[in-house]
Amino acid sequence: MIVAILYYLLVAYVSGLMVWNIWKSRKGQEEALYVIVLIPFLLRLLRLK
Amino acid sequence: MKAAARKTVFLALGATLAALAGASFDRSRRLREPVVLGPGVQEVRPLSSYFSKLKGTANDANVYLLEGAEAGGAVLVLGGSHPEEPATRLTAWILAEQGEVDRGRLFVVPSANRSATTVTRPSGAYPATFSIKTPWGERVFRMGDRWSNPLDQWPDPEVYIHYPSRQNLAYVDIRNLNRCWPGRPNGTLTEKTAFALAELIRREKIDLVIDLHEAELQYPVISTIVAHQKGQDLAAMASMMLSGDEFKIGVENSPPALRGLSHREIGDHTQAIPLLFETPEPFLDATRGRTDARLLLEGKDDFVVRAGRHGLLFEKIDEKGWPIDVRVGRHCSTLLTVLDVWSGDNPARAVSLRGIPRYAEVVAKGTGAFLRDPSKPGPGGVAFE
Repeated sequence: MIVAILYYLLVAYVSGLMVWNIWKSRKGQEEALYVIVLIPFLLRLLRLK
Repeated sequence: MKAAARKTVFLALGATLAALAGASFDRSRRLREPVVLGPGVQEVRPLSSYFSKLKGTANDANVYLLEGAEAGGAVLVLGGSHPEEPATRLTAWILAEQGEVDRGRLFVVPSANRSATTVTRPSGAYPATFSIKTPWGERVFRMGDRWSNPLDQWPDPEVYIHYPSRQNLAYVDIRNLNRCWPGRPNGTLTEKTAFALAELIRREKIDLVIDLHEAELQYPVISTIVAHQKGQDLAAMASMMLSGDEFKIGVENSPPALRGLSHREIGDHTQAIPLLFETPEPFLDATRGRTDARLLLEGKDDFVVRAGRHGLLFEKIDEKGWPIDVRVGRHCSTLLTVLDVWSGDNPARAVSLRGIPRYAEVVAKGTGAFLRDPSKPGPGGVAFE
């Protein structure tokens, strides 16, 4: 259970990093890529997949 | 477009996609599958009644008890050890909705790994659900996966060390019920599930455990009964009778060195004789084409047929495929034949079951002919998987 909670915290941290990268990026292509990569992290964080 | 506006549009698009996908996953995860309790079902009890730590978890499965008026033996049938093998769950449904026991007791678990029924294989493009046509409409079932849902058990280790043998197995198989036998009371959800089922077997003095499965045609253990050494004679006799009268089915010995499987660990750790039935399911073959509900139910695939022409398969396939009715019919007939042989050899522990169709009848009428209409339940009512 503790390990699972740590993994969810990791997912939240990486999701936050990706949102930060979207905000800092200057290239539209990179921003689109970050958004696509973010989706499965969000689904896991929200316990949907 | 300004950068801030562009980023906002991308994030909004991503959120919309995530919401649509999430809603789809959540809908299939929560789909309620009715089981119309047939005339033979005396009781539906939760698996947690044998191991309280399962209470409130995804794997607190329903156990359907069919008990005869005469005393006899006890048999446990497991469907859905691997829910992506749908003939196993459908056979269990037919047992619960049609079966009547005259002698002994029959325990049926249609969703042995219930968590695994709530997820499909990532990147597999599996259908979330499939439908079976019946004379009164359609019944919808969850597709499921081979492994427990990661939402219920996560993360996986680098290597799965099986308990109690300490054999190293593939990491993902820590969520595979048929690699977690005999289970562990303080283990993962899947190990606890196996332990609860083992407790059921011990406490109810089960004589025979039938674990229903399906296999890809590229897998050598197919169209067969896998038997622990305690059940080799029983399996061999059933195989001979079935191969002579209905369809060809072989016998495989359970390898003593391959740990975690029902046909090995139940035989080693309980008094019961475990048998595992395999039918062919082309949907599972790696060389398949489009992975949809049609392939799941019709079992027809040109790529798998071509693999057969190259000698890559362990079971025959032609343009007729392996339809779900053939696979369900094989499981029904194999179960009935095993019960006949067992009861003949062990009259004091006989189990007499009626109301279950044999192979030819399922193929002729279709699986749906043996599913009851949940809008018109009998006196027993309806349970939900």
